Amino acid sequence: MNDRFEPKIVAFLCKWCSSAGSDLAGVSRMQYPANVVPITVMCSGGVSPLYIFSAFKRGADGVLVSGCHPGDCHYIKGNLYARRRLALVKELLEHVGLEPERFQMSWVSAAEGAKYTELIKDFVDTLRPLGPQAKLRRRV
Amino acid sequence: MVKLTIDGQPVEVEDGTTVYNAAKELEIEIPTLCYSDYLEPYAGCRLCTVKIEDGNGGYLATSCSLEATDGMAVVTDDEDVRHARKMVLELLLAKCPTVETLQELGAEYGIDKSRFEPPPKPEPEGEEDEGVIEAKEDRCILCGLCTRICEQRVEAYAISMAERGGDSFVTPPYEQPSPDCIACGACASICPTGSAKVYDRFNREIIHPELTLASNSAVRFATKQAVPNVPTVHHEDCIHFHQMENGDGLDACRICEEACPKECIDLDSEDELVEAEVGAIIVATGFETFDPTPIKEYGYGRLPNVITSLEFELMCRADGMTEGNVYMENGEKPGSIAIIHCVGSRDRNYHTYCSRVCCMYSLKFAHLIKEKSEADVFQFYIDMRSPGKDYEEFYDRLLEEGVIFVRGRGAEVTDIAERPEEDGKLIVQCEDTLVGSFRRIPVDMVVLSVALSPAADADATRRVFSIGCGGEGFFKERHPKLAPVSTTTDGVFISGACQGPKDIPDSVAQGSAAAAQALSLIDRGKVEIEPITASIDEDVCSGCKLCISLCPYTAIEFDEEKEISVVNTVLCKGCGTCAGACPSGAANQRHFKDKQLLSQIEGVLA
Repeated sequence: MNDRFEPKIVAFLCKWCSSAGSDLAGVSRMQYPANVVPITVMCSGGVSPLYIFSAFKRGADGVLVSGCHPGDCHYIKGNLYARRRLALVKELLEHVGLEPERFQMSWVSAAEGAKYTELIKDFVDTLRPLGPQAKLRRRV
Repeated sequence: MVKLTIDGQPVEVEDGTTVYNAAKELEIEIPTLCYSDYLEPYAGCRLCTVKIEDGNGGYLATSCSLEATDGMAVVTDDEDVRHARKMVLELLLAKCPTVETLQELGAEYGIDKSRFEPPPKPEPEGEEDEGVIEAKEDRCILCGLCTRICEQRVEAYAISMAERGGDSFVTPPYEQPSPDCIACGACASICPTGSAKVYDRFNREIIHPELTLASNSAVRFATKQAVPNVPTVHHEDCIHFHQMENGDGLDACRICEEACPKECIDLDSEDELVEAEVGAIIVATGFETFDPTPIKEYGYGRLPNVITSLEFELMCRADGMTEGNVYMENGEKPGSIAIIHCVGSRDRNYHTYCSRVCCMYSLKFAHLIKEKSEADVFQFYIDMRSPGKDYEEFYDRLLEEGVIFVRGRGAEVTDIAERPEEDGKLIVQCEDTLVGSFRRIPVDMVVLSVALSPAADADATRRVFSIGCGGEGFFKERHPKLAPVSTTTDGVFISGACQGPKDIPDSVAQGSAAAAQALSLIDRGKVEIEPITASIDEDVCSGCKLCISLCPYTAIEFDEEKEISVVNTVLCKGCGTCAGACPSGAANQRHFKDKQLLSQIEGVLA
């Protein structure tokens, strides 16, 4: 049982929706895998591709970017920019040979604690069969 | 100035004033049929005849065309004057015995019957079709008001006098419909006897009030309850603008300008862009009512007597076209009315939200119908939503008033009868979920309680102010509980139905709140800005302007001299979109710098 692969996930959560959603999951005592480490950013639109590649480079097995629902962005349209930009990132990751499942985008509102836990559970379940990410990991 | 006496009373008037107007100053009434303040005097009816004393028995003259001179002594009512006027009236009555104005004046001057024979009328040609051409009675007193207004004010020259003397008559050229006529109706509106009328080419009298200078003329009040209650000049109906645009730039009419004693009307004023520097903006751009035409099953626009709630409301208005009575299209009063709730709202195909006001206004309609008539009222509802002060009590009252509530969304409105009692009726089909069966309810009229939709140009409006909007298109407040009238743009507040469907009390409350917020912002004299803002490293920025096009707050400007982008920290909200997009890494977000983020990533993955 202890030998089971535990993927490391870096989640970039926007402050207004997804981060609040994860907080809600926490204060509601919802159970979800401890594989995820959240990094709060002000807006999903501010997530540079640099961060995503950097996370993979430092050994993340999966990266999640989550923002407000389309049309609900606190900053009017940052999440729409994120959606466009990160779709390209996903293609780029695929191009360099990384499994596209390792990178996910989603929309979680501040009221969707349950959705957040489901999302993390599903992501962990997706990553487990893939094994450790070695393609972009920097050899030390 | 000229001094004269009229009926022994001295009066001082300006040079060039006519005797008629001088008498008006003294409030001495002189009868006339051909005078208008807005037209050149014509002296056509001769009724305004007065006597001018010259020490030699005096002489008679028409006061409307006679200029007052110094020392003039005028008598407006004595034996000679009355005799002259009586003769004029007798001659006019001989020509037009049916005109009421003449009959009244005749009675005043003691005329029982005219001594003169009417002029011979030409025999009508051929047999007249019944109902198409009425036997024309002569009501024209040849006062020339119609021809003069057409020439002098409308400048259309579409009608004029033809023939001479007793044979005179008013007509378009060659008695044919005139291409110069603009169908303004000025002639019909100024005619003192109702002789001049406007017909279309099918010989139907044009009675559209918007085509005449009558009570619903081009200068009119939007409604009797309009706020502010001032009339406006309606460009599309105005003779002046019509002639300006279609009549080779003719400067016609302008009667309203002369008529206004306060000189409030200026037809030459143009729409202008007003630039105002303000400390706060309250956006209260409101909503639109949902157009139910796409919901084919309700038959709006296809079936007669299917109307929207707004149309019903207009019909109920006391100053409306039906004077507050409810009529069907055939002019009869309906015996039963169905009100269908949630048309376009709480419907996945259109709007999923509840429009909040429809239940209560539908109840109000039912109450109005019960108050005005004996008609049965059926309410087809999904859920009755009557939260609000005294609303539930009103609902209870309606239950007692005998309004029939059917719990079930109206599925279809049809005019296809299946039973004899449904003949000629509209049938509302629905599932009555309280009875647990399908029902067909025949009614005379169907009112669709339509949803409140965001304004069609709401998206353009929100872009102007850089404010957010929810999925349905209503503007988004900064925080639903803590900042309900603020927006993501500082100094811009929202109130009313542009923020979401709401009724009048709520709109007033929110508007007051927005005003208070705006005042407190202005009164403070300073603004607090976000601690987290973006910054652009001057040395690194390549001036690609990518960030400028992305910034949702237009907070980034381009410094032409240095050829770099510069952040306006007062406008910046710190979303970091520019930092995320900057290809050279020059744009950074304070507290979320690349270095800080990367260290965090390194830390969590160590």
